[in-house]
Amino acid sequence: MSCPACALVSRPPRGADAGRCPRCDEPLAFRAANSIQRTWAFLIAAAICYVPANLLPVLTTTTPQGSESDTILQGVVLLWSPTGWPLSLIVLVASIMIPSAKILALAYLLLSVQRGWVANPGSRTRAYRIVELIGRWSMVDVFVDTFTAALVQLKPLMAVEPAPGLAFFAAVVVLTMLAVEAFDPRLIWDAIPAEERHA
Amino acid sequence: MPDTARPTLPEARVVTRRRTRLAPVWIVPLVAAAVGVWVAATRILGAGPVITIQLATAEGLEAGKTKVHYNGVDVGSVETIRLSPDHLSVLATVQMAPETEPFLVADTTFWVVSPRISGANVSGLGTLISGAYLGMAIGASKTAQRTFVALDTPPVIAGNQPGRFFVLKTSSLGSLDAGTPIYFRRLQVGQVASYALDPDGASLSVKVFVDTPYDQYVNPNTRFWNASGVDVSLTAAGLKVQTQSLLSILVGGVAFETAADAPLLPPADENATFTLFDSREDAFRAPPRSPQTYQLLFTDSLRGLSVGAPVYFRGIEVGEVAKIDAQIDAQTLRFSAPVTITLDAQRLGIQVKDLPPDADLDALRREFLDRLVAGGVRAQLQAGNLLTGALLVSFDVYPNAPPARIDWAHDPPRLPTIPGELQALENSVASIVKKLDQVPYQAIGDDLRKTLAELDRTLASARATLDNADRLVGNADRLVGNADRLVEPSSVLGAELATTLQELSRAARSLRVLTDYLEQHPESLLRGKPGEAK
Repeated sequence: MSCPACALVSRPPRGADAGRCPRCDEPLAFRAANSIQRTWAFLIAAAICYVPANLLPVLTTTTPQGSESDTILQGVVLLWSPTGWPLSLIVLVASIMIPSAKILALAYLLLSVQRGWVANPGSRTRAYRIVELIGRWSMVDVFVDTFTAALVQLKPLMAVEPAPGLAFFAAVVVLTMLAVEAFDPRLIWDAIPAEERHA
Repeated sequence: MPDTARPTLPEARVVTRRRTRLAPVWIVPLVAAAVGVWVAATRILGAGPVITIQLATAEGLEAGKTKVHYNGVDVGSVETIRLSPDHLSVLATVQMAPETEPFLVADTTFWVVSPRISGANVSGLGTLISGAYLGMAIGASKTAQRTFVALDTPPVIAGNQPGRFFVLKTSSLGSLDAGTPIYFRRLQVGQVASYALDPDGASLSVKVFVDTPYDQYVNPNTRFWNASGVDVSLTAAGLKVQTQSLLSILVGGVAFETAADAPLLPPADENATFTLFDSREDAFRAPPRSPQTYQLLFTDSLRGLSVGAPVYFRGIEVGEVAKIDAQIDAQTLRFSAPVTITLDAQRLGIQVKDLPPDADLDALRREFLDRLVAGGVRAQLQAGNLLTGALLVSFDVYPNAPPARIDWAHDPPRLPTIPGELQALENSVASIVKKLDQVPYQAIGDDLRKTLAELDRTLASARATLDNADRLVGNADRLVGNADRLVEPSSVLGAELATTLQELSRAARSLRVLTDYLEQHPESLLRGKPGEAK
């Protein structure tokens, strides 16, 4: 077994537990400890946060017309116009579809591992890789909003301030990333009989 | 994998781990759930009441954007706008802030604030940029309510403004409108809030609002009058121009004041009713308390006398002319003009308060007037203003007037009159003018010219005469010279002659000086020498 920190390959000790890396003292495990449980916890937390992230306004725009708070979906509607629809689509995909897709994908992976499904382990692993890759880029939305809030301060003409929904959105992104990290993709292959794995 | 590992691989150390049934990571979703529930709870609990406002039109309103303002504070926003089921009005659903809950009572009012320019004030200018919003005034009722009907026009007076409302009764609105200023001593102290036609259609009730602390100056004795525009009146008393302020000239106004001599009373009650007079003069004219009506029968021309003309008693205004009629006596066929006047008993200064309460005021008044007439008091038409020819009625004492008495039998009682001075004055002025007309100015001028021409000729001939005299004197001189030789200077005759001749010479010189002077100043013949005045 290899150490996740220093990549030293060591022989597993006798007994049930995997022990620690003899070189860097990193705890070793054949499978990440409580992987499924931890992933579920983060995933559920992310799902919970996903609701207010979409229901609460993410930006408060103050203009002489009064202040206006927009949720992500309202922003999508606002941007939707014959010329601006690509932008609207980007926001829709990046802010609503990707987080929900991530949550659904992880939930599917977890279920498949728990139920011991054997079909398509390769594509499931690919799905995991995609989810892992996308992870940090989901924060782009949060960055854009915070940058906007910091830059657009033309008081009293106009001011943009982050609203509570943004914090939940950030929480969704962070929690899904944690969930992805907690998930041990090796579990996908555990249910498959040993002889098939090498095929 | 472990089976295939080479023996040279170091063996991992054994660590016995406690197996936990539940990983501590479950705290994360618990915290997330807790935060979510908390946010949801505050959202739902903090949402505040949802109300429905019925509006005549949704013009300027926008669902999701239009706000409800109370004293400039955003207390709610319009969520949806839809037509009412009967399609006659618009129903707006408004999400109110939670703290407004106790204010949503039966008499709370809403209205649309949009730019509004009326003569006196410009309001809602901010809405030009921000768009219309809903205004709100909190009612005093205790009954909670969730459906409201918006006012058609924004109330001029904010509900919480300190001050009091009063009601003015007037027969015509004039230039008054909501927002018309109210003046007290030319200081703007309030405004007209609203007006409505009385149910009987005969008068209007104008609701005015007087701000605190000026509302304390309104007491039951206070008079309100219409101070709209410029009040120019040309009466027997002369030309009067009255205005309150430049603003009131443009947009009108209402002024009030309490007569300085009126007894001090506690401030009037809220919604007390007052009469709105047409002018300040009207407002402070005789208070219509126990006015006495009398009739005067004049035979002179009434040209210049108008209804409302003042009636003076020895120079003090005591009443006014109420009615002017004309009548021809059926028997004598003589024209006469009965003039009805109202006299204000109070201005006549009868001290009622000194009398016992049970005294017969009418009898007393009769006795008083009888005595006055017996003393020679008569009514007379007098010129109040020579410029306008306005007439007034004047009572004065004429001790030499023929005896007369009050005709109490007539209704109204008829007071004795004497012919007006004006007629006499007119007559004498006419005769003077006539006499002046007869003066032959033309003839006088012609005569004068003729005389002067004559004088001119006279002077010319005088000059010729004097020239002759001059020559004569020269001749005389020569004669005297001859005589000198003839007469011995030493002789008596010679001396006499010399003296005589000197005299003659001096006389001639004087004559010359005179002619010279006359030539230069012929007018001195008429006026004399100017130097002589000294």
